[in-house]
Amino acid sequence: MKAAVLVFPGSNCDRDMAVALRKVGADVTMVWHKDAEIGDVDLVAVPGGFSFGDYLRCGAIAANSPVSQALKRHVERGGYALGVCNGFQVLTETGLLPGALMRNAALKFVCKSTPLTVATSDSGFTGGYTAGATITLPVAHHDGNYTAEDAVLDQLRDQDRIAFTYADNFNGSRNAIAGVLSENRRVLGMMPHPERAVDAATGNTDGLALFRGLVQQLADA
Amino acid sequence: MKANVHVMLKDGVLDPQGEAVRHALGAMGFEGVNGVRQGKVIALDLADGTTEARIKEMCEALLANTVIESYRIEIL
Repeated sequence: MKAAVLVFPGSNCDRDMAVALRKVGADVTMVWHKDAEIGDVDLVAVPGGFSFGDYLRCGAIAANSPVSQALKRHVERGGYALGVCNGFQVLTETGLLPGALMRNAALKFVCKSTPLTVATSDSGFTGGYTAGATITLPVAHHDGNYTAEDAVLDQLRDQDRIAFTYADNFNGSRNAIAGVLSENRRVLGMMPHPERAVDAATGNTDGLALFRGLVQQLADA
Repeated sequence: MKANVHVMLKDGVLDPQGEAVRHALGAMGFEGVNGVRQGKVIALDLADGTTEARIKEMCEALLANTVIESYRIEIL
């Protein structure tokens, strides 16, 4: 699997993302935000961090940078994309995923490990999990409060596009949504950090199944 | 020419920051504050002749996230 990890000024989980992808055998290139081309890759990962200092709105400036135009073309071609934390915010700001991420309901930055429910196993990202299973992943964000119009929430539910929900909805997300899939199920945005949970040495490997599942999916394709 | 763009969360979108400000005002003894909504003002210094339609494009493309925010253009 060939993967690209986008790097914006203020990204800070880009190298963790690369480590996680390499761990499952991906050939990873880092792509700077000013690059207008991403190249021929299977997966584009949009990492966490504070791109452009979260100025204006989280992810808004990154979503309009040259590399994001290339990201849109990649997705339009049917490519896979994974956005984690700030990367999820970027994907909603580009319009590649529905909804928006607002300030946490309690207004606090929350940094902890949190239980999640795998809401669907029907995607390249979540196929390595059992639907309904509880996993634990780290979260670290101030703006993870997912919101969308009622009609969009109904559509996400009806199309089985909610990937993960919070077991303890600490940030006030509507329907406790922690991660959503695109209509073609090839784009996933999620606030929790699977790339921070791939090595027993750091205490948690619950994120590994996501990356392994993805490699498997792309190898079979 | 100058223009201000006022960006607010849409009606019906819960504004946790505005709500916190409302609580604080109540705790400080300011009675009768029934609601607070917090937004932002973006002051634009523009080339003369920039059309309102062009400013609207800026709002739609970047200045507001129309999923959750509404905006109002004020040409000064």
